[in-house]
Amino acid sequence: MRRSWLFAAAALAGTLLTLPAAADFTGGKVRIGVLNDQSSLYADITGQGSVVAARMAVEDWGGKVKGVPIEVVFADHQNKPDVGSNIARQWYDTEGVDAIVDVPTSSVALAINEITREKNKVFLVSGAATSDLTGPKCSPNTVHWTYDTWALANGTGSAIVQTGGDSWFFLTADYAFGHALERDTEAVVLKSGGKVLGKVRHPLNTPDFSSYLLQAQASRAKIIGLANAGGDTINSIKQAAEFGIVAGGQNLAGLLVFITDVHGLGLQTAQGLILTESFYWDLNDSTRAWSKRFAERMNGRMPTMVHAGVYAAVLHYLKALDALGSDADGRAVVAKMKEMPTDDPLFGKGEIRVDGRKLHPMYLFEVKKPAESKGPWDYYKLKATIPADKAFRPLAEGNCPLVK
Amino acid sequence: MVEILGVPAPALFGQLLLGLINGAFYAMLSLGLAVIFGLLNIINFTHGAQYMMGAFTAWMLLNWFGIGYWWSLLLAPLFVGLTGIAIERLLLKRLAGLDHLYGLLLTFGLALVIQGLYRNEFGSTGLPYAIPAELRGGQNLGFMFLPNYRAWVVVVSLAVCLATWLVIEKTRLGSYLRAATENPTLVQAMGIDVPKMVTLTYGFGVALAAFAGVLAAPIYQVSPLMGADLIIVVFAVVVIGGMGSILGSIVTGFGLGVIEGLTKVFWPQASATVIFVIMAIVLLLRPAGLFGRAS
Repeated sequence: MRRSWLFAAAALAGTLLTLPAAADFTGGKVRIGVLNDQSSLYADITGQGSVVAARMAVEDWGGKVKGVPIEVVFADHQNKPDVGSNIARQWYDTEGVDAIVDVPTSSVALAINEITREKNKVFLVSGAATSDLTGPKCSPNTVHWTYDTWALANGTGSAIVQTGGDSWFFLTADYAFGHALERDTEAVVLKSGGKVLGKVRHPLNTPDFSSYLLQAQASRAKIIGLANAGGDTINSIKQAAEFGIVAGGQNLAGLLVFITDVHGLGLQTAQGLILTESFYWDLNDSTRAWSKRFAERMNGRMPTMVHAGVYAAVLHYLKALDALGSDADGRAVVAKMKEMPTDDPLFGKGEIRVDGRKLHPMYLFEVKKPAESKGPWDYYKLKATIPADKAFRPLAEGNCPLVK
Repeated sequence: MVEILGVPAPALFGQLLLGLINGAFYAMLSLGLAVIFGLLNIINFTHGAQYMMGAFTAWMLLNWFGIGYWWSLLLAPLFVGLTGIAIERLLLKRLAGLDHLYGLLLTFGLALVIQGLYRNEFGSTGLPYAIPAELRGGQNLGFMFLPNYRAWVVVVSLAVCLATWLVIEKTRLGSYLRAATENPTLVQAMGIDVPKMVTLTYGFGVALAAFAGVLAAPIYQVSPLMGADLIIVVFAVVVIGGMGSILGSIVTGFGLGVIEGLTKVFWPQASATVIFVIMAIVLLLRPAGLFGRAS
């Protein structure tokens, strides 16, 4: 008799403890939407890998927050802002999505940034590059995790100017990302005493770069800066080799190169490239362990820094939900994320700044020669580590309205 | 230095030549489409996927069987052509006599399925395929550096286009083909196996796409998306040239390559749209296309 009374009391106490918490999670579950390119030129950089990374974060967290189940859904935005916006509205309005993650293609990310602010949800950016997300367009609902155009320019751009590459010609993808990367890199070049001799803007997803490369060649600039990404960068580099650009004494600066791009190019073509990333699978024991688990689920493919960023951002988001006990108010969740220091196996200890920028070190890598590589995916040599306080744009220079 | 519209003349020559090289791919692909449309009355939306299959077959031959570029030029079109024949026999044949739309939907659906399967297997970044040793390096023409491989592409595709045109316009086999296009029933009554001819023609058109794919492999990334990126432009070329016109597809293929090349100099941002602007203008002024006959 006494025992069953105790049991009933315990059960009641349990319900009292969990019930209010569950009520604070909209829809009775936490739903995370991975929105990215599932089918086109950025699909290997982001794509299914980001979905896998988000699911791994949920599993590592234990699958539930305060007893509420966590669910990961995904969609293909086809690199089109209109398509992405429609999916985001539908997710937020009718499908109970609480946070949108990843979103490569800066033009799409800028659109999602505004919709998330309007709906008071959470936007965790990993794939998009434009530094405007923590600059003039910064939002109290957005965290920009992995990298941005300022960090890339600061890493690759200044490393190249310092080694004598002082005259530049830009090959720029003609949309928000390319423009931002070109602008941020140009600023670094000019500040370091270099000059920009010309630029040409090509449409996104261009197969043939020979015409632009010829224009770059005619400019006689020492450095041809590739302010593009994914398939565009691969084709630029490949065709530059074909047209004897490097043999003719000019050098290429891949301003945004991912490990999957190097894999696609092959070391024979990619060797010697200097690039900036915030993550590499072979950095330390915990990145190696995580990447091995990732590769097992991804047909042997190693993660890009975008995948790592999705994992770490989702993990930190869940931590904030756990501390807050609610996912209803996006602004409060992001404020909590900023308040708590970050700590994860992939980026180590860090923090999120008031403008939404996640701070961690960036790494300057050089692509290995074929003879130096010990096997598939052994591609990078670490050249320098840029500490977290130097890696990203100083808070005061971003013109973010949240900074006063 | 002589300047034309603010661009130094040597630079302009370089761009014209590059345009011609890109035009070579347009010409070869639109030629295959024109041949297929002429005889089968089918708008073959699978063409881009078949071009991609050609490039991938070359990659597989090299990496899985150690068979190099030169044999691939022969084997890849043969293999992809055979898959084309299977598609015609098993699927397209059933649509004979129906509205164009059915063929379009079927081939478009097939293209999506094929691309999806390749993307699933190989990812979207694509795979590298090296230029064969014999064609590496290039020539300094004074006004530009011309890679040997690109010169080879122009020469080969011109030869292939010319040969196809000669076969269709000047030989007995070609006359059967043209006759069967006009009136299949009558040609069949004269003892010619029209269904077999139709099957082989489709196989040939597909093989042509695969051949272009092998040629493209060393220049572009061997990627599941390479065909999807190109096919829309190629359709515009076919429409501008006049649906089903062999000569039209060759001439407009090269011509539009040059126009696109020049756009990349004067207004690079518009280079992805210029062909469609031309298509709109041509359709307004000559709905049957530049070389097409109004029916």
